[in-house]
Amino acid sequence: MSNLDQFRTETRVWLEENCPESMRKPMADESDSVGGGRNPTFKHPDQKLWMDRMAAKGWTVPTWPTQYGGGGLDRDEAKILGEEMSRLQCRTPLQGMGISMLGPALLEYGSEEQKSQHMPKIASGAIWWCQGYSEPGAGSDLASLQTKAEDMGDHFLINGSKIWTSGADKADWIFCLVRTDNTGSKHHGISFLLFDMTTPGVTVKPILLISGRSPFCETFFDDVKVPKENLMGERDKGWTIAKYLLTHEREMISGLGRGSKKKFCESAVDAIGLENGRLADTVLRTDIAKLELNILAFSKTMERVGDETKSGKGLGAASAIFKYYGTELNKTRCELMMDIEGEQALGWEGDNYKDGLMSRTWLRSKGNSIEGGTTEVQLNIISKRVLGLK
Amino acid sequence: MPLVLNEEQSMLKDAAAGFLAEKAPVAALRALRDERNADGFSRDLWQEMAEMGWAGIAIPENYGGLDYGYVGLGLILEEMGRQLTVSPMQSSVLVGATLINLAGNDAQKQALLPAIAEGKLLVSLALQEGRHHRPAHTALTATANGDGFSLSGEKVMVLDAHVADKMIIAARTSGEAGDTAGVSLFLVDGDVQGLSCERVIMVDSRNAGKVTLNNVVVSKGDLIGELDGGMAVLEKALSIANIGLSAELLGLCLQSFETTIEYLKQRKQFEALIGSFQSLQHRAADMFAELELGKSMVLAALQAIDNDDDDLALMAAATKAKLCEIAENVTNETIQMHGGIGMTDEYDMGFYMKRARAAQQTFGDYSYQLDRFACLNGF
Repeated sequence: MSNLDQFRTETRVWLEENCPESMRKPMADESDSVGGGRNPTFKHPDQKLWMDRMAAKGWTVPTWPTQYGGGGLDRDEAKILGEEMSRLQCRTPLQGMGISMLGPALLEYGSEEQKSQHMPKIASGAIWWCQGYSEPGAGSDLASLQTKAEDMGDHFLINGSKIWTSGADKADWIFCLVRTDNTGSKHHGISFLLFDMTTPGVTVKPILLISGRSPFCETFFDDVKVPKENLMGERDKGWTIAKYLLTHEREMISGLGRGSKKKFCESAVDAIGLENGRLADTVLRTDIAKLELNILAFSKTMERVGDETKSGKGLGAASAIFKYYGTELNKTRCELMMDIEGEQALGWEGDNYKDGLMSRTWLRSKGNSIEGGTTEVQLNIISKRVLGLK
Repeated sequence: MPLVLNEEQSMLKDAAAGFLAEKAPVAALRALRDERNADGFSRDLWQEMAEMGWAGIAIPENYGGLDYGYVGLGLILEEMGRQLTVSPMQSSVLVGATLINLAGNDAQKQALLPAIAEGKLLVSLALQEGRHHRPAHTALTATANGDGFSLSGEKVMVLDAHVADKMIIAARTSGEAGDTAGVSLFLVDGDVQGLSCERVIMVDSRNAGKVTLNNVVVSKGDLIGELDGGMAVLEKALSIANIGLSAELLGLCLQSFETTIEYLKQRKQFEALIGSFQSLQHRAADMFAELELGKSMVLAALQAIDNDDDDLALMAAATKAKLCEIAENVTNETIQMHGGIGMTDEYDMGFYMKRARAAQQTFGDYSYQLDRFACLNGF
């Protein structure tokens, strides 16, 4: 038996023994996901049990080095773990910006002290992180951000505000882009700071969205003192880290376009029925077929780019399409879900309508092609950087 | 199997690209068209390709082929798509040899496959009867005649019909048009008594013909595969054929797209390069995205043939549908973005659009394939 086969067997046995039964079904909505933090909320005690067991193995962050709380798995082992988890339908035990965004950036740009201080707490779910990027005047044009960090000798003094900070009302720490120099080009003079959200001068106000939910906040900084050692990477050169993280964010958002649950067309058959083996609504059938086709083609493209990277060809130009294509697919998916479910999709409150899960998901999806670089910005990037059209 | 070409495959692709750019570029197609060439393709060039092993690339070694698989064949077709190379690769290798290899008995394979691999024998499938590809609606009558049958009816869109040494005729031996059972495949000589062939010059300047059968006598020995059981093997061969055509369409689209991008970087209007206009940039970026999806589907589908995957039919329908959609958009945008010059016969891009439409329709167009994809997905 090869090492990988042995790893697969051991993993399968461990998951079967350790993953609680209630953690082996798909999440109904975002409230089923676990983000950890100083004041964690668990809908069910099994969520905590599952998170703690996985964290003890380092499998909340399987590929991170073990000295920082990770599982130390290589790419092949991580893939096997992922496959075995899907086989049992195990839920992701812990998720959030710390795992998906800050951790990888710390590994790349953080000091040894910063890695040791922050990564194990991300891996165990002890600290919930949020991201301070966009500002009221800096959306698609992120580099024009103006939140000011003045050098006060042993600390920076932060003044300004951020908008669209995900989960800022629940987060313990923030990784934040600030302006330390105003004199050069707009990409120069940006620095990357890490600080505690309980620092005096930080206030947070949730933003109510069209979905009736508040996943984002406005965050205000009034004379917030941040110690100098909380600077990550080089001063004035934080744009490099920001760009690195935007790529990560885009990959994460593009993952929305991948079909993870049951096939979309099966819901349509349940809701609408078949006539002579074909969906009874023939116009809708065509739209669904196009969507299913594009979901398949998109997932094959993710697979191809992954395999190309693995074979040492480097991240190909195709990766530039992920954010654009994945988010547009997800929006189409949500629109079609509304059409398929009809009256059921319009409910806003009540148990019969899962408190408007479907309509709220549909409304939330409209933000996918805006956040993390709009569709139009993505198309600009492809045409300028990949195709060389200027 | 990872979705990436190995070194050997990459070398084959590069070699094919170099050879075809030199020997069979669009100018060669233009010359064949302008001189109204009697064969419609260059027999000398076909011999050269056969000598390189292309005609036998997917044929098993014990029948004279290279046994290199369909990924290899697909790579060559992709490069042929880039240059709009005319050859019997589609009719005789992608379809003819595939059908014989899938359904023929050992004697038939011995008799036919090595000759195809040597480039000495052209075998074409005669399937379509009406305006559209509907294999189950095969109606060409096969009337029992002693120990065999007598075939009568008409076929259209028969690739390379007027140069085919042999044809595989799909005929109705039982049931009625629309039934999947009751279709049988018969091998006949191209000049058999009772068969007449009319060469039809199509929009893409290639050879497709109308074949009329008038009491063509065939015996049980001419049967390829099971009596009445032709549909199953036909479906598999058509899946393979559509994946091959998708590879050709991919190459065609990539060439068309890259030519357009270069044009956007040269052409000035209103004192600016037209490639600086965002309305064109975003359409170009969208085409790029779709082409990346197309590349992934074609490679995954070619691998599915070589792996003999269970979902081959689904992958084939999905891939052909996707490439039809992409080809229609890319070739249309190519003409539009070139403006007036794109409308001229002198410029090559018109040839790409013409070939695209013909390849799209061959063995089932976008709506046929999308419907099939939906049916295979259970809706």
